[in-house]
Amino acid sequence: MDAILSILIFFPALAGFIGFGIDKNAAKMYGISVALIELLLSLVLWMQFDPSNAGMQFTEKVSLIADFGISYNVGVDGISLFIVIMATLITLLGIILLREDTKNMKNMIVSLLFLEMTMVGVFVTLDAIIFYLFWELSLVPMLYIIGAWGGKDRVYAAVKFFLYTFAGSLVMLVGLLAMAYLYHQANGVWTFNILDWYTLPLTEGQQFWLFLAFFAGFAIKVPMFPFHTWLPWAHGQAPTIGSVILAAVLLKMGTYGFVRFSLPILPDASVTFTPFIMTLSIIMVIYTAMVAFAQKDMKQVIAYSSVSHMGVIMLGVFAMNAEGLGGSVFLMLSHGIVSGALFMLVGVIYERTGTKLMSEFGGLAAVMPVYATVFGLMLMASVGLPLTIGFVGEFLVLLGFYKVSVIGTILAGTTIIIGSVYMLALFKKSFFGPVRHEKNLSLTDLDNRELTALIPLVLIVVWLGIYPKPVLDPINNSVNHLLTQMKDKAINVETKEAIIISKKEAE
Amino acid sequence: MLEPVNISLASLNLSTLMPMLLVIGGGLLILCIDLIKDNLHKSFYVALTVLILLIDLMATMGLTFGVNERGFFNVMLMDGIAVLSQVMILVASVLFIPLALTSKRFHEYSYPEFFALFLFMIAGFQFMVSSDNLILIFIGLETASLSLYTLIAMHNRSNSFEAAVKYFTMGALAAGFFTMGSAVLYGISGSLELTQIATAISDRLNETGIMFLLLGGAGLLLAAFAFKLSLFPFHTWVPDVYEGASAPLAGYMSVVPKIAAFVVSMRIFEMLINLEVEWIKTIIIILSVITMTIANLMALVQEDVKRMLAYSSISHAGFVMVAIALATDKSNVAVFLYYSLFMFTNLGAFTMLWVSRHKHRVYNTRFDHPYEKFSGMIKIMPMGAVIMALFMLSLAGVPPFSVFWGKIYLMSATVDAGYLWLAVVMGLNSAIAAFYYLKLIVYMFLKEPMKDVSSEVIYYNTSKPLLVTIGLATFVTVFSIFMVNPLIEYISTMIQATGFGI
Repeated sequence: MDAILSILIFFPALAGFIGFGIDKNAAKMYGISVALIELLLSLVLWMQFDPSNAGMQFTEKVSLIADFGISYNVGVDGISLFIVIMATLITLLGIILLREDTKNMKNMIVSLLFLEMTMVGVFVTLDAIIFYLFWELSLVPMLYIIGAWGGKDRVYAAVKFFLYTFAGSLVMLVGLLAMAYLYHQANGVWTFNILDWYTLPLTEGQQFWLFLAFFAGFAIKVPMFPFHTWLPWAHGQAPTIGSVILAAVLLKMGTYGFVRFSLPILPDASVTFTPFIMTLSIIMVIYTAMVAFAQKDMKQVIAYSSVSHMGVIMLGVFAMNAEGLGGSVFLMLSHGIVSGALFMLVGVIYERTGTKLMSEFGGLAAVMPVYATVFGLMLMASVGLPLTIGFVGEFLVLLGFYKVSVIGTILAGTTIIIGSVYMLALFKKSFFGPVRHEKNLSLTDLDNRELTALIPLVLIVVWLGIYPKPVLDPINNSVNHLLTQMKDKAINVETKEAIIISKKEAE
Repeated sequence: MLEPVNISLASLNLSTLMPMLLVIGGGLLILCIDLIKDNLHKSFYVALTVLILLIDLMATMGLTFGVNERGFFNVMLMDGIAVLSQVMILVASVLFIPLALTSKRFHEYSYPEFFALFLFMIAGFQFMVSSDNLILIFIGLETASLSLYTLIAMHNRSNSFEAAVKYFTMGALAAGFFTMGSAVLYGISGSLELTQIATAISDRLNETGIMFLLLGGAGLLLAAFAFKLSLFPFHTWVPDVYEGASAPLAGYMSVVPKIAAFVVSMRIFEMLINLEVEWIKTIIIILSVITMTIANLMALVQEDVKRMLAYSSISHAGFVMVAIALATDKSNVAVFLYYSLFMFTNLGAFTMLWVSRHKHRVYNTRFDHPYEKFSGMIKIMPMGAVIMALFMLSLAGVPPFSVFWGKIYLMSATVDAGYLWLAVVMGLNSAIAAFYYLKLIVYMFLKEPMKDVSSEVIYYNTSKPLLVTIGLATFVTVFSIFMVNPLIEYISTMIQATGFGI
């Protein structure tokens, strides 16, 4: 299948259009079928993917606005492949987890399918404007999902989410336009193809300002401290499915943007800014972890812990070596799986009790043993227990970052300690001790629907925790390719020294 | 005794006058038909007007291939931007006029004079854009404006009269500025032809004191066009006038007069900027930044959708005004690209208001279209809500919808010219603007409907022709990504043919 990427992008959107005509009782099943086909397609993509090829595969190119250099241009490499698969998987499981009695089910399914299109689109486009297009378009269904199915302050949260990201990305747009202009100056053609941009030499001054412009867009999406304030609102008010997709996939767009745009296009500025990013990330890791510990609401704990882990991913990205960068790409996947699962689990208990406050629970382990087991496992994966998926990425990131800064690594390593403190506190308050409310005694354990959604995630957490090689190899391959490109492009000696390509590649 | 003047008909090159003559003839025809037979249904006049406009459109398009022709004692100039802007004006008019065919009767459309005046107005705009003679520009401007005042007043409500009078007074003031400004330029150069004025100014540019004269001339002209383009501080009439006018006419006013005024501004101000009169550039940039920011902030607090759209169109005009200051080929392309895409979306948005218009104010004693009217529209009329949301997202500049392409092209032109800070300001302004467009989306999608609202109430005024217009606007808004390339190509050819700018 040559056009498999286009099919992957546009199949959900087409299905969304057709979905307007489906009866509301059949909507959920329709959503599951479409998302399943999409997942299978993305698995076909993985099967056909050549792990030894580090460059872009399955590329397609159609010129859209020739005079302005905008073309529909897609391709996938080891970095984006697994994020796409994770996005399709999480969408499917999220839809499975939807309750039958969700109001306006049809609208929900249609929005989710459009959201899926934009998510896949962001990760596979190689044209900056089309990237921007999907990036912005992803805000619209999410706005609707938070605003229509969310909690009490949903409208405020949804609008805050939209405006915050929109403002940042408009600054990024100026950066993209400036980049295209510089390319035009140098080569006389207009292009927004980022692979072409990789080859454009830029002076340090240019890189400095472009980095700041890109930073505005990506950092808000990640969200980096101090731009993270929209996220607790969005998570606090979003319905379960919204939080799951937001945490698992949408936040990854930010870190992916750094990997795909900032590093290879602006290698010198990336190295110059490393101390700055490092400081912000370490603050983000420690501060949000402490904030997480102070929360009373279970979902807020997980929301803040998710921000904290995004800080670790950022550290890995700017470690500028194969371990750190590869580890952070892997951590993006594991964070997606684990935080997605945790938000699903919080959703499960919220549906049963109508509350997310930890003080309301207690002793749940006795009432809901399967639920407690799954929760416990995900929690361990989130903390980074060896043999779970969380350990691999976090370990690699810290290993990579050790080469950059020892003190920074020690500080960042506290994430594992503080993380286990607040996570275990959460577990203790909710699952152990006496049952605090009579009515909690009658809670039912996970039913088939919930198990169907959660068991695949459990399996992945264990499988990739024990044997991450099939995923890690293609990632490392592409990451090394990217680092080599960076090193070749860098104009400063210090930059060249800062970028460490793994020994295997260098030999 | 005076010598008889001999003028050969061929030297007049009447083909340059054809487009205007067609609409004027059409207007007269409508008046004559009215003399012969009374009480013809408005659909007859609508159809006739559309046909006349289509013939005119074809005649204008035919001039594409003979651009830069002069005619009629050299006062007519059919250059690239003249043809281009006429095509846009005519397309917008063809889209506008079927909006008369509503299911409910509105006063103005029962008069054939409405249609005749409408055609005369178009002739006025066409004269305005296809001349570089300040007197003919002035005549065109006033013909168009006087017709437009009357069209607004014909809506026959007290606030329509208020709007018309307000617009008229402001317009008269602007006309005063225009004549005084032209007089100063005449004083400098001894001519009213812009090309000759340009030569004269460039000859005298080193004289001491010439800048004061230019400040007077260009400053007064800028004030006049700031009225027409609704730039700060001359923008205050816009919301009231739009509110008083019928919704389609307000949408029309936010597009067509502005295209015409932009073309003339291009001729006058870009000429001065290309003569390196730097302060004009600075003033225009400052004006456009203030215009978009103030209009965006004002739009945030509006309670009525139509007033919000009025402020939004001010801010869009401020946004595009940046292009005039840049005065590059690319920025000129951006002006036309922006307006040719904005035209469909904005007309669509105003048509959606028109569809929901009542003869009397049902929801609010003050406003016709308060936000509350649209709350919960997704439950009452899902298609309508989705389409309105598309228009709003497009206006906010969310890709891939139409206005986004105009926006990035213009921002790209700004970046190319080296005004990075300005591009960032434009970007941040779009972010502010997103808030008030989102506000309507929030009302439509995320709020519960008011108790007494049903689909008949919202879609009170709907009819097939209106739906067709909305459909067309939606089509262009959604699929604009495929139209941008041919548009850029066509516009660039025309602009290059004009041989103008840098």
